[in-house]
Amino acid sequence: MSLINLAFKKAKNEKRTALLTYTVAGDNSKKKSLEILKSIANYADICEIGFPHNTPIADGGQIQSSAYRALKNGIKIKDIFSIVKDFKKSKQAKPVILMGYYNVIYQYGDNKFINICKKVGVDGLIVVDLPYPENKEFAKKCKKKNISFIQLISPTTSQSRMKKIVKDSHDMIYYISMLSTTGGKLKISPKKILKRYNKVKNLNKKKNTVIGFGITEKTIVSLKKADGLVVGSALCKEISKSIEKRQNPVTNVTNIVKRLRNKIV
Amino acid sequence: MKLKKRTPLIDQHNKSGFWGGKFGGNFIPETLKKPVEDLTDLFKKLRYNKKFLKQRDYYFKNFIGSPTSFVKLQNLSNHLGGAQIYAKMVSEANGGAHKIYNATVHCLIAKKAGKKFIVGDTGAGYAGKMLSMAAKKFGLKCKIFMGAKDIKRQKPNVYAMRKNGAEIVPVYSGSQTLVDAVSECMRYWVSNCDNTHMCVGSTVGPNIFVKICGWSTAQISRELKIQIKSEFKKIPKKIKLINCVGGGSSAYGFWSEFIDYDKRQIELIGVEAGGPKNSKLHAAPLTNNAKLGILHGAAAYVCQNTEGQINNTESISAGLDYPGVSPIHCFLKDTKRARYISATDEDALNAYKLVTKLEKINPSLEPCHAFAEAIKIAPKLNRNMIIIVNSCGDAKKDRDILKARLGKIK
Repeated sequence: MSLINLAFKKAKNEKRTALLTYTVAGDNSKKKSLEILKSIANYADICEIGFPHNTPIADGGQIQSSAYRALKNGIKIKDIFSIVKDFKKSKQAKPVILMGYYNVIYQYGDNKFINICKKVGVDGLIVVDLPYPENKEFAKKCKKKNISFIQLISPTTSQSRMKKIVKDSHDMIYYISMLSTTGGKLKISPKKILKRYNKVKNLNKKKNTVIGFGITEKTIVSLKKADGLVVGSALCKEISKSIEKRQNPVTNVTNIVKRLRNKIV
Repeated sequence: MKLKKRTPLIDQHNKSGFWGGKFGGNFIPETLKKPVEDLTDLFKKLRYNKKFLKQRDYYFKNFIGSPTSFVKLQNLSNHLGGAQIYAKMVSEANGGAHKIYNATVHCLIAKKAGKKFIVGDTGAGYAGKMLSMAAKKFGLKCKIFMGAKDIKRQKPNVYAMRKNGAEIVPVYSGSQTLVDAVSECMRYWVSNCDNTHMCVGSTVGPNIFVKICGWSTAQISRELKIQIKSEFKKIPKKIKLINCVGGGSSAYGFWSEFIDYDKRQIELIGVEAGGPKNSKLHAAPLTNNAKLGILHGAAAYVCQNTEGQINNTESISAGLDYPGVSPIHCFLKDTKRARYISATDEDALNAYKLVTKLEKINPSLEPCHAFAEAIKIAPKLNRNMIIIVNSCGDAKKDRDILKARLGKIK
């Protein structure tokens, strides 16, 4: 069983939703982002790690700030892989999902990128701007290396399309809660989100399906029926705030993740 | 890679939306899949619908003022003493540039789609100004995304947009120019695609936006073909069509009717923005053989670093200050149908000086890049050679820059 599946199974056994975090590699430095990962991994089930891009077309302000900060600090792809490698070797290691935009992968070379992902211990990949069915070939290549390619489904996805996507999905499906970039304010009711979420879930109950976008300390409880919940912008925002206040982002971000975890137990 | 004859270039893509098998496509977030599909279906219906075409032609004529004139630049031709230079005065179109064609068509489509809001990006401010004009005309609420740097340097167009009742959203991320405005506009659409129509300001973006824009600006070459025939009685044996290229919407519009001609008869020359002399930052991906990459939902040649991060660009002309270029121009380059070169800021300014000194026209800094090339090559060419420059924008918007750089303006 894959580490991603195991993480969901573990959460299920504990009768709770799985907590997925998203932070940007290199924010606010290579060293600090690794420290943050190691620290929040004590409370998170799966860690999504963003590889920054400077023209992100689906990220809100918080994640954009994190990405620009990381790039400004000179983060390179090789640094991102070394962060993942160090994290996966640590005793706090959790499954890692790399997330980003296709051009970064494309310039690196699809095969080369997947191979090195495998080597450093990446468990899953989310490529925001490589939708279904364009991603079929890439997803196949990932599967060959036992890396989960994670498909996204949004409120605009039609039922027939949803069926195809779920059928071709791997260990995890990411349901986007609403029409928004990352970090938007939850603009529809959790009840509605869960109703749509269940539509996806009911197509194949075995697939681990998580909800992301707009999830914060305030909203997390209302969605805890999902298999997993992703919190990203709230963490990026905390890093920005910590830097502004000259506080340690590691402590502050960890505290949020700890509180999030307590809310879903 | 080969061009097909008798098929509009905008339709020469495969099922996945790629021209030449690798340019274009749809690299978009899942949320946009459905709206892009809906728009694709709607456009497919509308473009063959007689009523819609009649409506389009009505507004092209009565709102935009088509056809724009075709004039000989006799003084410039005499001064340079070689090829005969003509200009297609697209800057006469309502609003002062070719962007009005795309803006008008997008508003017509938005109405048909039942959308009440329309959003768009802008660099030089022309795409935004035109969209705000058309939105006002058709009763749509309009929001324009514009880089903070461009807001400062293209003030006259900013005032015009505000006057038309559009909300201008300044974009502070990245280089604060067109590239960031397009990103921010797409992000806004991701969040509001249920009630909002998006207009991409050039022949860039996901496949359908390239098509709609190209379909709209193609009006320029339909007019030009008629005008050439009436001026010369037939299509002359030697023509060069010179056009500036940022995203590439005016160049496609200027060339579309002539792509099927042999390039020895009608040569297509695209002039990109080389930026300040000796500057390493340029906005000329085709000229400088930039690598294929993905930007704003499409695969095309794009100025970027080895890590896939998009480069900052620098050009005096905000309308050309874009690191990417239309997939259809990549296709025209690789099939060798068109040739792409660049002109520097200084070349464009010198061209502005000479053209406005000799002729009663006032081209903006974007077409001045094309004039720069015409001025450079005309003296070396034979008198039978016809050079036609698309004077696709008016310099009113550039008055601050021209004042700062040249001291006085026309």
